[in-house]
Amino acid sequence: MGLENLLHGFQIAVTPFNLFVAVLGITLGTIIGVLPGLGGANGVAILLPLTFTMPPTSAIILLTSLYWGALFGGAITSVLFNIPGEPWSVATTFDGYPLARQGQGGQALTAAFSSSFVGAFFSIVLITFFAPLLAEIALRFGPPEFFAIQLLTFSSFIGLGGDAPLKSLVSIVLGFILAAVGLDVVTGQLRMTFGFVDLMKGFDFIVAVIGLFGIGEILLSVEEGLSFKGASTGMNLRVVLDTWKTLPRYARTFVRGAFIGFWMGFKPGGATPASFMSYAFAKRFSKHPERFGKGEIEGVIAPETAAHAAGVAAILPMITLGIPGSPTAAVMLGGLIIWGLQPGPLLFTEKPDFVWGLIASMYTGNLIGVLMVLAFVPFFAAILRIPFAILTPLIVVVCAIGSYAVHNSMIDIWYMLIFGAVGYVFKKLDYPLAPLVLALVLGDLAENALRQSLIMSQGSLAIFLNRPIAGVITAAAIFFFVLPVLTPWWRRVRGASVPASRRT
Amino acid sequence: MRAADLATASILILLGGVVVLDSLRIGIGWGTDGPRAGFFPFWLGVILIFASVTIGMQAWHRATDKPFVTRARLGPVLKVLWPATLMVVLITPLGLYVASALYLGFYMRWVGRHSWLAVILCAIGVPLVTFVVFELWFLVPMPKGPLETWLGY
Amino acid sequence: MKLDRVVVLVLTLLVAAPASAVAWEPTRPIDFVVPAGTGGGADQMARLIAGISEKHRLSPRPLIVINKSGAAGAEGFLDVKGRKGDPHTIIITLSNLFTTPLHNNLPFNWRDYTPLARMALDEFILWVNADTPYKTAKEYLAAVKDKQCKERQGGQCLMGGTGSAQEDQILTIQLEQALPGTKFSYVPFKGGGEVCVNLVGKHVDSTVNNPIECVSHWKAGRVRPLAVFDTARITVGEWKDVPTVKEALGVDVSYLMLRGIFGAPGMSKDAVDWYVAFLKKVTETPEWKKYTEDGALKPAFATGAEYVKWVEDNEQLHKELMAKGGLLKK
Repeated sequence: MGLENLLHGFQIAVTPFNLFVAVLGITLGTIIGVLPGLGGANGVAILLPLTFTMPPTSAIILLTSLYWGALFGGAITSVLFNIPGEPWSVATTFDGYPLARQGQGGQALTAAFSSSFVGAFFSIVLITFFAPLLAEIALRFGPPEFFAIQLLTFSSFIGLGGDAPLKSLVSIVLGFILAAVGLDVVTGQLRMTFGFVDLMKGFDFIVAVIGLFGIGEILLSVEEGLSFKGASTGMNLRVVLDTWKTLPRYARTFVRGAFIGFWMGFKPGGATPASFMSYAFAKRFSKHPERFGKGEIEGVIAPETAAHAAGVAAILPMITLGIPGSPTAAVMLGGLIIWGLQPGPLLFTEKPDFVWGLIASMYTGNLIGVLMVLAFVPFFAAILRIPFAILTPLIVVVCAIGSYAVHNSMIDIWYMLIFGAVGYVFKKLDYPLAPLVLALVLGDLAENALRQSLIMSQGSLAIFLNRPIAGVITAAAIFFFVLPVLTPWWRRVRGASVPASRRT
Repeated sequence: MRAADLATASILILLGGVVVLDSLRIGIGWGTDGPRAGFFPFWLGVILIFASVTIGMQAWHRATDKPFVTRARLGPVLKVLWPATLMVVLITPLGLYVASALYLGFYMRWVGRHSWLAVILCAIGVPLVTFVVFELWFLVPMPKGPLETWLGY
Repeated sequence: MKLDRVVVLVLTLLVAAPASAVAWEPTRPIDFVVPAGTGGGADQMARLIAGISEKHRLSPRPLIVINKSGAAGAEGFLDVKGRKGDPHTIIITLSNLFTTPLHNNLPFNWRDYTPLARMALDEFILWVNADTPYKTAKEYLAAVKDKQCKERQGGQCLMGGTGSAQEDQILTIQLEQALPGTKFSYVPFKGGGEVCVNLVGKHVDSTVNNPIECVSHWKAGRVRPLAVFDTARITVGEWKDVPTVKEALGVDVSYLMLRGIFGAPGMSKDAVDWYVAFLKKVTETPEWKKYTEDGALKPAFATGAEYVKWVEDNEQLHKELMAKGGLLKK
């Protein structure tokens, strides 16, 4: 039945006009994805008024294509400049940027785009055949389940920190503190704002990341006296084909990333935690965890597969439940209402043309998208050849624009500079930045979910264990928390000699 | 390195203190419906203070040391940092486009010693492209100054 | 798109040239501030207005929607407050115009802004999950009073709502006070859509969502409206069958949310006239009519003294309600 509907959908999606709209959307989306601070949500919101004059199906194809473009584009600046264009590309910088520094930017980008496509394809297939069923599962996720997921994301990162555990701890705690600044949703109280209006809106994750990673990295590299090394290889498309040959050996990483991404994305959970979790698991299960963070292609594949799988899956709750799985989906949802469609459970039966046209366009859109960005890999890699004295101020200007665009707020540009200095100092003193960023993006969500759950249970923590789904996830999270403690103990008991490198 | 470690730890301890104080104000207890608004920040602040004190003490007892950054290497870092700061200062009176044009041009000429032609082309071209992309295509307003007002934006 | 704009510009020049009796017209893009996040009710309305303006060529320059949602909207309100005399800045308001400054003692008030127009009023409805046995508000409220919500700790019923110390919680407290002995545990969520889905997923027992936030789940048979918090029933569509709280429970609990537009402080008379005429034209378009009908919004276009009077009364009302509910800044 799904197949028949899908074929009908393709007849709608594959008209010249709708294909043109998809190409247009992907182009704009890639630009938006490249520019940090100008996220998919902005892009979709900006185009929304223009979609008025189109039929709803073309309109949604334009907006979703823009979203796919942003998902692809987010990786570009992560790899080239250590600046994540989108939040879910942060984990891509961990290995993507070292690869680019070693002159393998082309390979890293190819891997990133290809994994994005694999992740997307996986999610779309699942949506095509199981959308209504998955929607029912998504409904069973309330605040306790949501909190359990946040816990699992964190626990997957435990033990993956740097060599200084205390400094990792400081970094995590600092992230949580920054996340708590501003209005507390549960009580409506202002926290740590000290009467400053500028502090009330809190610290935006993207601004912090632009500063810590982008500006911080510029300062580090000028200190080390090296200009950005241009991609010595691939000025042509050979690099794409050569990289493709190496990808099959990471099949397990692809599958794991796609599962994590889909699982995290199809209910409000999000692409960003998914990308972190996927990265953490890839490192955990790798034979060479010590290579991660120094330019391991698997460290690019894992987060990108998960991020794009989650990004696609986020569309599912939007069409089936009328709840957005991501901020971008939230804006699209507004679009549906403005076009006179009622998002929610009845959309599948009342507007099959729209729904199946949209689903079919997910296939075509992502296929067109990956071909387009891959074709430009040599061009992107060549950006690094721009002379240093032009590239550096250019990056600073782009960072400033990105920081401002997040909230249209001047103070954010100052935050960016301060975070840049902090990032530089922290990196030099071996404070790891990844835990800070993870805590900043998840802190708010985790705290809200925890407190909502406790209101539901009248203050009893048992709620995380006696609900079936939450219980299983919490148990998994606890397992990963104690794993670093258990592993040495287990080894002693068995008396086996396991290579030290296995200990992550 | 030691001095930098100590300075960072001190700042973090101070920050932890501020967080703890503010949390006390809004209540750090565990109410009938779970933790109050200050519960988590309070304990985060406490952990931050303890961890930073320990880090500080470790740094204090460390004998051998290499400098945080040598004078020779600090130069290029400052050369990036201060013009960037100046640009941010200038955004408020002049607007982002003019400030970034001045910054781009200045840095290219000063550090890169590019030819005047290249400098002028880049310094005008880049903000112009940015303007078209943000203000006209994406309708994302950036901070603007007298020049843009005069042009009617 | 760029070409589009040029064409529009040329057309406006041609058309508007003879009719330049207009005292003021936008000369640069208008900043349309939304003191809430993307995707919410206020954001949707703002983008709808921007879209209608674009489609029907109602404004010579585009409206640019800017979200400033920090601190329950305070970020947006304070930003606009600082743009004194700027004729190219307007802001869409919801109830946080009253609740945010009252709850957190923040330095802004509707009197700081230039009132332009009340676009519509949003209704509130008491919803329960369709799988529950409660067919009427009376049955449900009796269950709340007797702590009969089986799946919960101690049978304590849960009310889900948007934010804290905002309209949803005010309504919950009003309901509790009107029916002595009734006590909900209020669970705050970030947005209205999320609230309704938590009701469908049975994570809460009831909500007071706006019609548009729950309508699709209602039509799919997942949730059930028990009563509307208004003095009269909603007149459009199937909403006609939903009784008012007065009819269902015999107590008077009603609340309507403002969907209105203000200009920057000290906007000139000529600019006000232009915006009022512009917004009036917006409400006359078929898109607007369809939108308000689908969302069961109460058409309530008002300007000038009528609007000011309504806002004044409503501010007083919020003060009283929040004082009664203990939600004012201590």
